[in-house]
Amino acid sequence: MAISPPERRLWWKEPIGRAEVIWIAVAFVWGLVMFSAMIYWHIVGEQNLSNEAYRVDPEVFAARAEELADKYKVREDEVTGYPIVHPPPGSDIYLIARLWEWWPIFELEEGQNYRLHLSSLDWQHGFSLQPENINIQVHPNYDLVLTVTPSEAGEYSIVCNEFCGIGHHIMVGKLLVVE
Amino acid sequence: MAKAPTFRTCPDTGLKIHSQAEALIKANAVVAVVYLLVGGLLGLGVALTRWPAVHLLDAETFYAVLTAHGIDVLLFWIIFFEMAILYFASAILLNSRLAAPWLAWVGFAMMLVGSVIVNYAVLQGESSVMFTSYVPMQAAPEFYLGIILFAVGALIGCMVFFATLVVAKEEKTYEGSVPLVTFGAVVAAIIAVFTIASGAIILIPTFLWSVGIISEIDSVVYKIVWWGMGHASQQINVSAHVAVWYLIAAIVLGARPISEKVSRFAFLLYILFLQLASAHHLLAEPGISSEYKVFNTSYALYLAVLGSMIHGMSIPGAVEAAQRAKGFTHGIFQWLRRAPWGNPAFSGMALSLVMFGFLGGISGVILGTEQINLIMHNTLYVPGHFHATVVAGTTLAFMAVTYLVVPLIFRRELIWPGLLKWQPYIFAVGVAGISVFMMGAGTLGVARRHWDITFSDSIFSFDYPPAAFLMMGLNGISAILAALGGVIFILVVVGSILFGKRREEAAAREAPMLTPAAMTYGTAGTWHLPGTYILVGVFFTAFVLYYFINWKFLSEVWPLS
Repeated sequence: MAISPPERRLWWKEPIGRAEVIWIAVAFVWGLVMFSAMIYWHIVGEQNLSNEAYRVDPEVFAARAEELADKYKVREDEVTGYPIVHPPPGSDIYLIARLWEWWPIFELEEGQNYRLHLSSLDWQHGFSLQPENINIQVHPNYDLVLTVTPSEAGEYSIVCNEFCGIGHHIMVGKLLVVE
Repeated sequence: MAKAPTFRTCPDTGLKIHSQAEALIKANAVVAVVYLLVGGLLGLGVALTRWPAVHLLDAETFYAVLTAHGIDVLLFWIIFFEMAILYFASAILLNSRLAAPWLAWVGFAMMLVGSVIVNYAVLQGESSVMFTSYVPMQAAPEFYLGIILFAVGALIGCMVFFATLVVAKEEKTYEGSVPLVTFGAVVAAIIAVFTIASGAIILIPTFLWSVGIISEIDSVVYKIVWWGMGHASQQINVSAHVAVWYLIAAIVLGARPISEKVSRFAFLLYILFLQLASAHHLLAEPGISSEYKVFNTSYALYLAVLGSMIHGMSIPGAVEAAQRAKGFTHGIFQWLRRAPWGNPAFSGMALSLVMFGFLGGISGVILGTEQINLIMHNTLYVPGHFHATVVAGTTLAFMAVTYLVVPLIFRRELIWPGLLKWQPYIFAVGVAGISVFMMGAGTLGVARRHWDITFSDSIFSFDYPPAAFLMMGLNGISAILAALGGVIFILVVVGSILFGKRREEAAAREAPMLTPAAMTYGTAGTWHLPGTYILVGVFFTAFVLYYFINWKFLSEVWPLS
């Protein structure tokens, strides 16, 4: 029994039942299927996190984001005064995460590709695009570049889902997608 | 010079019990239960705050309470209890003295002092950095110092455990290989050493950073190493509670594994692969390659999952075989219907096994799939998953085994047996609710570690779907139920230790808790286990379906690459 030492020293020569062998085989094959699924999705799936990332100084990142916002600002949000930025499709866009805001508000076009750069100017933050429910970690000093293709027009929110201090729960941003 | 060890003979098992080992088991178990009480009540505060209609605590208190809750239950309750298990599985089961008890007491004292310092640092309010304490957010230096002290104390405990194995072998207190339960404890201790080493590698520099000696800690490197501790420490629990499942099945039913060889092999897979999976928490991070993520998150080729799936058949199989041997052979499920469901040690074990497998295991694999993680990372799905593993799995298993520890080690009868019968069910229903409703809310996008999902103070408004609010309310109700189950557990255990009827030697010898058959080695000796095969089939079907449903959910979000 499980709490007594084996009586025979050669306990590993005990027989194994067929059912247990089958179960081990099934579980092993299932493991291979699940392992292959991740690789398969990299080849044919459309939702993969990019492996493109750079070291970046927070000030440099902030300067790039501000430059882009100045260049392509189309109007301001009526309530908050945040710049609404409409960059050309295919371009590099820079989204700042900092205590406790996402800056600026981007207006993107449905079905177009954008190279989205994510970085934090201070602590770690969590990019959580709602209600789409895409969740990506944002680090300071790292610039993660991913290509996104907004598939439906509408107004989206960016919630911070990595705890970032006392203002964490007020850290919400906006993202607009137009046709 | 140490005194010669003193022993008593256990009337239930005939094993020699070293008084120092017994005292250490008691001390560690008592402190563990105190932390379960403290951490559990803090958890209730968290759940009642996240219930938007109640919203109990203010934001600052909430984040401090959430930090303390995570550390008190995830580290202190569980690791103190695991120290008790290690001493039990070595000195007691091997019929041996404990090596260097004074050192074990030093370790215990360090763990105790460390844990008190951490709680002081957090509840003072300057260290609300969550269990994970991600840099560059900074806690007070004593926060890191307390965890380091605790970890070193735990490491000393592991060393005493290993030394006891050597002593037992040298002094020939047993023949041949160690028992399966001890084998499981060895696995837990090996993983613990790996875990504590990872913790030291990252927390010592972080402590130096908090006092200004080191200027910067890279946030991604921190996470890679920290999760070597953070995730692997949960794998100590898996190994320990699987060992506890075998222990309870053995003591209560005299159940023998369908094949000891296979069960040992499954534990071996844990040693080789279970410490991987630190990448479960790094799947949405920049700067880490997909190749590494895929390899690590799958424990190589899901080989640790394979180990768990083997135990998932072996343990119900052991129970079925033992029940059939008792004559419950009618139909496919008579053995299950006639199992001792009124014995809280057994029902706790069975519920722990089922909930760990169905809720914790399946959700863990799915959450740890590289791409699917994108629709779950840092949502409430994550705490939903680990409450199923750590609370429904580990905590319930430890509660169940406590019902055997009290009569066997503390030598007291359990009080209020009528109420106690219900405890595992109340706790299990509560925890199942917590897990399922948090996973549900997470699927709807609700962020974890978040004080106010109504965003009432934000400049931009955002509304989660109404179903998410329903989930959070049901989560709160479930938490009340789980807390009730927890309180019953603690009242009964503390009450029994203090006021329970003493278990006299003579009476115990006359009616031992373990039958002589239970004390002899052997495997189940039957492969006729139709009930187990059906249960395993149901589990596998649920696993496969839920796995592919989540790929479907993923395929519906915006393309990204």
